[in-house]
Amino acid sequence: MPSIKLVNVTKRYGNIVAIKNLSLTVNDGEYLCVLGPTGSGKTTLLKLIAGIIKPDEGEIYIDNKLVNNLPPQERNVAYVPQQYALFPHLRVIDNVAFGPLSKGFSRDEAYKISMQMLEMTRLAWRANSFPHELSGGMQQRLALARGLASGAKILLLDEPLGALDARLRVELRYKLREIAEENNLTTIHVTHDQEEAMVVADRIVILRNGEIQQEGPPPQVYNEPKNIFVAHFVGEANFFEGFVAETDLHGSWIQLRNGFILRVNETNKNVGERVVVMIREEKTRIIKRVRRKEEINLFPGTIREISLLGDFISYSILLDNGDRVNSRIPTIMGMGRFRVGEKVYVRLKPEDLRVYPYPPQGLYQELEVI
Amino acid sequence: MGKQRSVVKHNNNVIGLGLTEKLDRLSSISLIKYLIYASSVIFFFAIIFFPPMVGILRNIGQIGVIYDDPNLLARANLAITQSFIMAFTVAILDLIAALPLAWFIVRSKTRIVNLIDTLVDIPFLIPTAALGYSSLLFWSSQSGISRIFGVESLVPPGFLLVLLLHFTFSYPVIVRVMVGELLNYKEVYEVAARTLGAQPLTAVRTITLPLLKPGIIASFLLAFARSLSETGATVIATGPWENGPVFIYRNVDKEGILVYVSSILILSSTVIFFLISLLAPKLRFPIRRAFPSIERKLSSSRAIKFRDSVTLLAFFLVVVAPSLFIALPMMGALLDGTLNEALSGLDPWNSFWRSMLISYAIGSLSTLLNIAFGLPAAIMIARGKLGRATSILEALVNVPIIVPSIALGVSLRLFWGEYGFLHEFWILLLSHTTITYTYFVESMAAAIESIPLEIEEVASTLGAKPFTIFRRITFPLTKYSVFSGAVLVFTRALGETGAAKAVARTKEFSTLPVLLVDWVVNKKATPSQSALGIGLYVISSFIILLIFRLLTRGKK
Repeated sequence: MPSIKLVNVTKRYGNIVAIKNLSLTVNDGEYLCVLGPTGSGKTTLLKLIAGIIKPDEGEIYIDNKLVNNLPPQERNVAYVPQQYALFPHLRVIDNVAFGPLSKGFSRDEAYKISMQMLEMTRLAWRANSFPHELSGGMQQRLALARGLASGAKILLLDEPLGALDARLRVELRYKLREIAEENNLTTIHVTHDQEEAMVVADRIVILRNGEIQQEGPPPQVYNEPKNIFVAHFVGEANFFEGFVAETDLHGSWIQLRNGFILRVNETNKNVGERVVVMIREEKTRIIKRVRRKEEINLFPGTIREISLLGDFISYSILLDNGDRVNSRIPTIMGMGRFRVGEKVYVRLKPEDLRVYPYPPQGLYQELEVI
Repeated sequence: MGKQRSVVKHNNNVIGLGLTEKLDRLSSISLIKYLIYASSVIFFFAIIFFPPMVGILRNIGQIGVIYDDPNLLARANLAITQSFIMAFTVAILDLIAALPLAWFIVRSKTRIVNLIDTLVDIPFLIPTAALGYSSLLFWSSQSGISRIFGVESLVPPGFLLVLLLHFTFSYPVIVRVMVGELLNYKEVYEVAARTLGAQPLTAVRTITLPLLKPGIIASFLLAFARSLSETGATVIATGPWENGPVFIYRNVDKEGILVYVSSILILSSTVIFFLISLLAPKLRFPIRRAFPSIERKLSSSRAIKFRDSVTLLAFFLVVVAPSLFIALPMMGALLDGTLNEALSGLDPWNSFWRSMLISYAIGSLSTLLNIAFGLPAAIMIARGKLGRATSILEALVNVPIIVPSIALGVSLRLFWGEYGFLHEFWILLLSHTTITYTYFVESMAAAIESIPLEIEEVASTLGAKPFTIFRRITFPLTKYSVFSGAVLVFTRALGETGAAKAVARTKEFSTLPVLLVDWVVNKKATPSQSALGIGLYVISSFIILLIFRLLTRGKK
């Protein structure tokens, strides 16, 4: 049963703590995505599991066996590094056969397995090429075939699609998932592309500065981000700074900049507390006219920019109090509805708003991704 | 006070600006640029490349005389063969021994790595002639290791002693090259191999070594060339055994046979070099099979400890101890009054001091010449300024180090000797410039190549003129390579025995290594005098290197 468990693992490089007291369980057959910005410790995490580096503190278990002191060649994991590390002096087939041969398989057996792997990744016709003669996508598949040929049931993918162009990246996502499922693999897939993570993962782990910020199935992480960082890193969001002005049984009133007042449904913050209010861009509505004056959470502003993103149109609006808001509308609904410079109202529904405590180091610092 | 200073500073700036502006304007004129490049190409062909070729060819007619003395001819042929046997043996041994040590230096996490790393450079810093004497005393004399074993001479002068000696002085160079290769090697391949289930040894054998092959071949050729070329130390350690350089050294007056031996050496070493560099890349490592259980055992920490201990022991016994041994007799000479005698400048010390002066003058002048004319050549090679001809130029630039320097010296003497008006000193200087040229140009070309061309291109789109680009971008980035290239040239010039011996016609113009080898080999001085003379030689070159180190401290 290939499961992975990390208990209170810490890894330091000199004074830098790359992984901070991290605990994580990956279940048998699970496809886990580790999502985080550059320098968050994603690659370190993979290397710890692969046995390339050793933890300073904590334990790592594979199949419930403590592997802290087991060298990489004994761990039976397939680690696919970011740049693939295909052996440049070996042909495609020899690259794939490397693992089985190293594990003592006979030549015939090793090459039979390798050929199967190449067929699975649709590379059999290039068996006699050298890695540098392959396209980026083929190299990626070769790295995968090589990792799997060694018989590993744990697949560690470090930014597997990072080196490919955008279209190929999208196509290969599904292929990765498919191969993992067909071969009953337990997969950890590291990426900084939140869309990629949302699409392929059973579960997402958000990593920042070596610590887990949140973990859970993609919809949960998207809909209920635990903090501002997760909200910002997964999906697109607007943030407002303010103070809690008043709290009653059903919600609170938040005082925004320059006298704007916002109604939210949350009641768990104290009056006078400094807070950040978040709303997803696609839940931010724009309307042309206000019908009833007494309606709440309606703010006047001016359209400043319009960008077509394909399926969506993004409107950037400068509110009259100086805050900036982005709104996403499906292209078929929003095309040509507003012009740059047009006076509009932005509606923020209380049930779509989430309130977070103001981060001690400031909002912009907190949102800094790199 | 403060005001005054700022005025002075201001003035300096104005003067500085004026000069750089002038140079900038000059450097933008294509004619000036071509003149600089052309002069360095002309320098290369007129001073470095053609003289040794022409010197030999013009006198090729003299070869006929070799048939007058069949015994001498047989001796000459044997000596040439021995040269190559020695070079091959040394180069192979070097590789076998250098890889584990380089590995240890790069990968080991123990604390003695720093010490070892420093010790590796020692034989490199000691001039080979001094190393030869040190090895001779260590292995063969009663003052050395022989006494411990209770024998008269543990390793008497001859093939084995020369082998040990050549190993001692070529080994550090090979270790340095291998360390550099290992540091550049992307460990990710090895790591990938291990996660695929390969034992450490399997990963090294099937992945790391094949990928390091170019570096291994380069090291082999380097060791090969060093062994083929070395004269001073070999003459000291050789006894009855004879290779090409020793033969030339012993028959330096017989012009006919010299032309024969030199031309054969030059031709065959060039051919062998090109053959090895063409054929060696085709050699294959045994990479198609793995032996998990055996290789697991050989990768165990006990096996690694054993390997490291053997490597370090061999390193201390065969490299460090023989190199440093000279310190003992030198200390003795300091105490027994020889030092006073040396300072008094009486015979033979008057010629010693004179030779030292000559050596240093030649070392510094040839360094300056190489910087002035070698730098543009290095830029041309690194930036491909000659188009397709660049690779030809680069191949030709390498010729002076693949040819035994004493053979080169013979040829240079024949060439420059024609020009009677040239004083012996200038001939010596030109020869030393020839044999050191490659070191400077190659190391500079490598340094310049490592600067991305984009940086210079961006600078020029920002409005910088060629001279400004050189002054503000290229030079600051390669400054330390210029220094270290200069050190390399200087120490090589200071340590060269073969070419200096072949070129000098009179005793008056003996360089220091030639004089000291003469003292030892022809017993022109007492052991105490030899020890002190060699000690002073070593110390003075140490001081120079130390000064350079201090000048270039803090940066690589």
